[in-house]
Amino acid sequence: MSTNQMKLVLGPVLFNWPNDIWSDFYARVADEMPVERVYIGEVVCSKREPFREQAMGDAVERLQRGGKEVVVSSLALVTLPRERHKVFATAQDWPGLVEANDVTAVAALAGRPFAVGPLVNVYNEGTLKALAGFGAKTVCLPPELPLTSIAVIATAAAGLGVETELFAFGRVPLAVSARCYHARIHGLHKDSCQFVCAQDLDGLNVDTLDGEKFLSVNGIQTMSQTYADFLADIPALKAAGVDALRLSPHSCDMVAVAKLYRAVMDGAHDGAEAAEALKALIGNAPISNGFLHAVPGARFQLRTQA
Amino acid sequence: MRPAKGSLELVCPAGTPAALDAAVAAGADTVYCGFNDETNARNFPGLNFSRVELGESIARAHARGCNVLVAINTFPRAGNVGLWHSAIADAEAAGADAVILADIGLLAHAREKHPDLRLHLSVQAAAANPDAIQFYVKQFDVERVVLPRVVTVEEIAAIHREIACETEVFVFGGLCVMAEGRCLLSSYATGKSPNMHGACSPAGAISYTEEGPNFVSRLGDFTINRVKKGEPAAYPTLCKGRFMIDGKASHVFEDPASLDASQLLPGLKAAGVKALKIEGRQRSRAYADAVVKAFRAAVDSLDRGLEIRAGALAALTEGGATTGGAYRKTWR
Repeated sequence: MSTNQMKLVLGPVLFNWPNDIWSDFYARVADEMPVERVYIGEVVCSKREPFREQAMGDAVERLQRGGKEVVVSSLALVTLPRERHKVFATAQDWPGLVEANDVTAVAALAGRPFAVGPLVNVYNEGTLKALAGFGAKTVCLPPELPLTSIAVIATAAAGLGVETELFAFGRVPLAVSARCYHARIHGLHKDSCQFVCAQDLDGLNVDTLDGEKFLSVNGIQTMSQTYADFLADIPALKAAGVDALRLSPHSCDMVAVAKLYRAVMDGAHDGAEAAEALKALIGNAPISNGFLHAVPGARFQLRTQA
Repeated sequence: MRPAKGSLELVCPAGTPAALDAAVAAGADTVYCGFNDETNARNFPGLNFSRVELGESIARAHARGCNVLVAINTFPRAGNVGLWHSAIADAEAAGADAVILADIGLLAHAREKHPDLRLHLSVQAAAANPDAIQFYVKQFDVERVVLPRVVTVEEIAAIHREIACETEVFVFGGLCVMAEGRCLLSSYATGKSPNMHGACSPAGAISYTEEGPNFVSRLGDFTINRVKKGEPAAYPTLCKGRFMIDGKASHVFEDPASLDASQLLPGLKAAGVKALKIEGRQRSRAYADAVVKAFRAAVDSLDRGLEIRAGALAALTEGGATTGGAYRKTWR
C-alpha cells in the first residue's frame, strides 16, 4: 500500500459557521482545494441543521461539479426522535457514501457501502473486520490511536479492501456530551441556546487556571486547543499503510493548508520548512501529534529517525 | 434467585473479593467486577480479581443467590486482542452469569465462540437510542444494555417501547458528563486512555503541590484545580476541574457532584428499567456497604409502596453535592 499515492480528504465543518461563511468556504473547496473527497454535513448539533439545508444542496452540487467525491456526514450523538429520523433519511436518500459518526448510522447503513468516521470506536482489527462485514469501505480511525495500532489496523484493512484514513489537521475532537457547554458558559439552557456557538468560528478556548492553553468548546463537543499537525509524520504514516489524511476545516486559509499537506505527501516540500509555513497559517496556535507517539495527546513530538 | 419478581435488580460494584462479599451481605442482587488487567474500565493498582479469585468469588456469591457479571469493557489493543478473548473465555469458565462488553469486534467474537454466554452491552458502548441498542441486540444477541448517563427518564421510557432487551441504569456514584467510551480528554492530558488502558484521570498522572496559600492539583501537564489550603478538594477528574474562559474561572464542564438518582427510582421503574447500577469498583468496602444498604432499603421501600428516604447518602457524595444528572432535562 505504501507505494500508492496517499489521498488527501476534507472532513466536515465541525463548527457553527454562519451560512455565508460556510457557503463561501465550500465554493473555494470546490474550485481550489487539492482534496479528492469532501465530507459535508452537521456532525455536532442537530439544532444547527435546519439553517443549512438550502446551502447544503448548493454546496454539494458545486463540489461534485468540481470533481470531488462527496460523502455526507451524520450526527455524532443521536438521541432525539428527529435526530434518529434524519440519520435514517440520509442513509436512504444519499446515493453516495454516508459517514457514520455513531452506531445509529451503522445500524441505518448496514448492508450497503458506507464510511466510518473518527467518532466511531475502531480500536482493533476485530472491530474493523466486523464493520467491513456490515459494508464499511473507508474508516477514519479514532484520533487517540498510536501508530503501532494504526499499522496493525491498516494492514488488516488492506486485506479487506477497506481504506484507512487519519484525522491529520485541526483541533482534535475529544468528547461529546448531552450537555451544551457553549450554552452553559453563557448561562443559557441547551433548549434556548440562542446559537451562541456561532460566535466562535474555531471553538471557544478553555485554558487552565495557570493560563495553559488546554481545550476548546464547540457546542456539545469538547476539542483540543492544539491543532493536530502530522506533517512530520507523513513518511511514517505512509509506511504504516495509511491510505488517506483528513484535514478538519478551520477559519484559517484551508486551501493553503491543503496545498502544504499535498506538497509534503508528494515529497515536493521539505518537512521542517513546511512546519514553519503551517505555523504561520494557523497564527502560531499550539500544535500536537502526541496520540500518534503514544504520549499525552496534547504534546508535539518529532519522530526519531529509525 | 434474586431479585424478587417485579423488583428492580440491584447491581453493585466489587473491586476485591472482600468487597464482593460485603456487597452480597449488604443486599446486592448482582455484583459486577473485572480482571486485574487492562481488559476492564477500572484498571487501578491493587484492584480487581485474579482468575482464581474470580472463580472462588462467583461460587460464594452463587451459594447466596447472587449473580456475578464480569466487565471486559475496554477496547482491545490492535495486535493483542487475544488478552481480551481469553478474559471472556476465563469469565465463562469461572461461571460468570454474563460478561459486559463494549467493543464491536469483541461482541462479534463472543457471540461466535461463546454461543451460550449471556452478553450485556457496557455503558462504554454509548448506545443512547433504540436504533443503536437494537443493532447490538440483532447482531450480537445482547440481552441487556447499560444506558449512557446522557438520557432522561422520559427518553428511557420511550427507548423501552422500541427495544427487545433489558436496560440497566446508573443510580449512584461518579457521573461521566461526556458520552462514555467516546471521551479522549484524560488520554489527551495523560497519554493513558480510559478506552484502551482502563482508567480515567489515573492516580499516577496526578500531582499535588502547595503554592503559597493554595493547593494545586495537576493531571499530566495541566492544572485541574486550585483551592485555598484547608478547603475540600475533589479528586482531580479532568471534567470536574476548574478552568478559565475569557479570564473567568469556572467548572466549565461539571461541578464536582455525584449522581444520586434514588429519588427517581419510581420513574425509572415505570419507564421499564430492569436493573439499577451503583458505580464505584474503586471505592472502599465501607463505602460500598453503605451505598448498597441504602439502595437495598430504597428498592424495598419502592416494592412496598413506601416513600424513599431522601439524602441518605449525602456524606458519601463528592463534596456533599448530588445531581440527578441527565435524568432531569434541566441539567442539559
